[in-house]
Amino acid sequence: MTAPFARRLLRVAGMDELGAYRVLRVADPEGSNPAPGQFAMLAATEHWGGGEDERPYLPRAFSIARWRDGEAHYLLEDVGPGTKRLCELRAGDDVWALGPLGQGFTAPRDGRRALLVGGGVGIAPLAILQDELERATNLNRAPADSMEAATVSAVTVLLGFRDGPRAQGATLLRGARVTTDDGAVGHHGLVTDLLAQELEQDPHTTVYSCGPSLMLEAVRSICATRGIPAQLALEAGMACGFGACYGCVVPRRGGGYLRVCVDGPVIDAAELDQVEAHAGAPA
Amino acid sequence: MSVEFCGLTLAHPVINGSGTFDALAARKVFGTALDAEFPFSAYVSKTITLQPRPGNPPPRLWEAPGGLVNSIGLPNKGLAGYLGEDLPELTTLLADLRSVPLITNVMGSTAAEIAELLEACDTRSEIAAVELNVSCPNVKTGLDIGADPHQLEEVLRAVRPRTSKPLIVKLTPNAADVAACAQAAQAGGADAVSLINTLRALALTPPSSDAPSARRLRRPWLGGGSGGLSGPAIRAVALAQVAAVAERVELPVIGMGGVSSAAHARNLLDVGARLVAVGTESFRDPIAGARIARELESATG
Repeated sequence: MTAPFARRLLRVAGMDELGAYRVLRVADPEGSNPAPGQFAMLAATEHWGGGEDERPYLPRAFSIARWRDGEAHYLLEDVGPGTKRLCELRAGDDVWALGPLGQGFTAPRDGRRALLVGGGVGIAPLAILQDELERATNLNRAPADSMEAATVSAVTVLLGFRDGPRAQGATLLRGARVTTDDGAVGHHGLVTDLLAQELEQDPHTTVYSCGPSLMLEAVRSICATRGIPAQLALEAGMACGFGACYGCVVPRRGGGYLRVCVDGPVIDAAELDQVEAHAGAPA
Repeated sequence: MSVEFCGLTLAHPVINGSGTFDALAARKVFGTALDAEFPFSAYVSKTITLQPRPGNPPPRLWEAPGGLVNSIGLPNKGLAGYLGEDLPELTTLLADLRSVPLITNVMGSTAAEIAELLEACDTRSEIAAVELNVSCPNVKTGLDIGADPHQLEEVLRAVRPRTSKPLIVKLTPNAADVAACAQAAQAGGADAVSLINTLRALALTPPSSDAPSARRLRRPWLGGGSGGLSGPAIRAVALAQVAAVAERVELPVIGMGGVSSAAHARNLLDVGARLVAVGTESFRDPIAGARIARELESATG
């Protein structure tokens, strides 16, 4: 599946509050079904620039959180001039979008359970993944290319957040077990505490994860120790999203680099020695 | 509005800046839609060096006011990898586009290295022209080869006879007198010059992520140390340098730096550029080059 060769002018269908987050809904009646884990480069058409530090300038990469009724949903958190401007958009505003881009998640093999582990705003791609896994299981047919022939025995969702307002984001998915750093909601601790327990109980599992780099590294390490396959959706500072700028690299196991935009953003954990802890994304 | 450039007839005056558009990656992402509206009238490869380079450690990007500071570090497969793997693929892709010639960008840190690169390119008919990136430190002096007119002329005189293809010298803007460097390129046998490359720039690690001990010297943010600034932030500098160079040399000039609309391209053409290159704007919209070429055409026609 290829992306349209140009950024497209789309209309904002709505902006919903979700605790500390926003859900940006973009009408895309001509758009094609994204694969879970794919992303789009977004920019406001008006006042893109002239914010803090005279930014933003580049478009921002966002996982597609949901695809429903010709709308793409994106989960936003105001953490910089780009995300701040996008959070200001309202129904009827225009937005530039390039995508869907990148390599998404692939279905679990051998009837493994799918264990979805998300942190903070990084839960976004797990929502569309849950949608597609459940649909594939229920209908026993393939709704999206990457989920072809999915035979998933179960889908388990673990989501970690910093605090209560952010934990409201958990409603983006269904049936999640929630942890918070401050104990405001759910388990008081880290989502990786629950991950370790889950893998003890049922190791016949494929782990799907997206979140802060420290969390992803913990997920990678826990899975590697136990020999559990894991697919990690990475974030990186990115200028273009289509392999042109070579800016968004992460070190690949065995040497060299992977481009997160075209080799990822979903990368098999076995391809990485570790998830590095720098936060490189323009916000 | 076809343009003659170093013996090539180009469909329009808009090409890409080296290292700002990976045609092979774009073909995978966008499919045949790329062929239908390929944005550039000639395609410039990213910089090829003799040996493979992994590029700089991340982070590689910093968003600046109206621009981008990058420290990519010229990742490439090396000359053998380029000729053996990328060139056949690129040739197939560009053949589908008919009349989009390939300009191969190369960089070496000594005259001998550059000569080897030029000779290797000279044997390949798929390569229409060579662009020489002289923003590379001389291994002996540490000075960028292209920053000093005498050094630049000396290197070019040594390597010029090694290729029969059109030789474009991509000047560095980080020089005291860029027009003098362009004159040196002309004297050394260049067929064209292109400018501006990125302006040397620095980004620091944000204060919040530093140790709490205040007043400590903060570290460079980019994995490669310093970087190069591109985008609208450098547009006026590019216009000044292109104007100064076009006034001083007879050679055709490829002007670039912050071009994001036909008006910016027109400015560069009006001060004497023969072609313009689009770079960072392609990151914001992959089809930007085609849009600018179309706008230029409708403004002239």
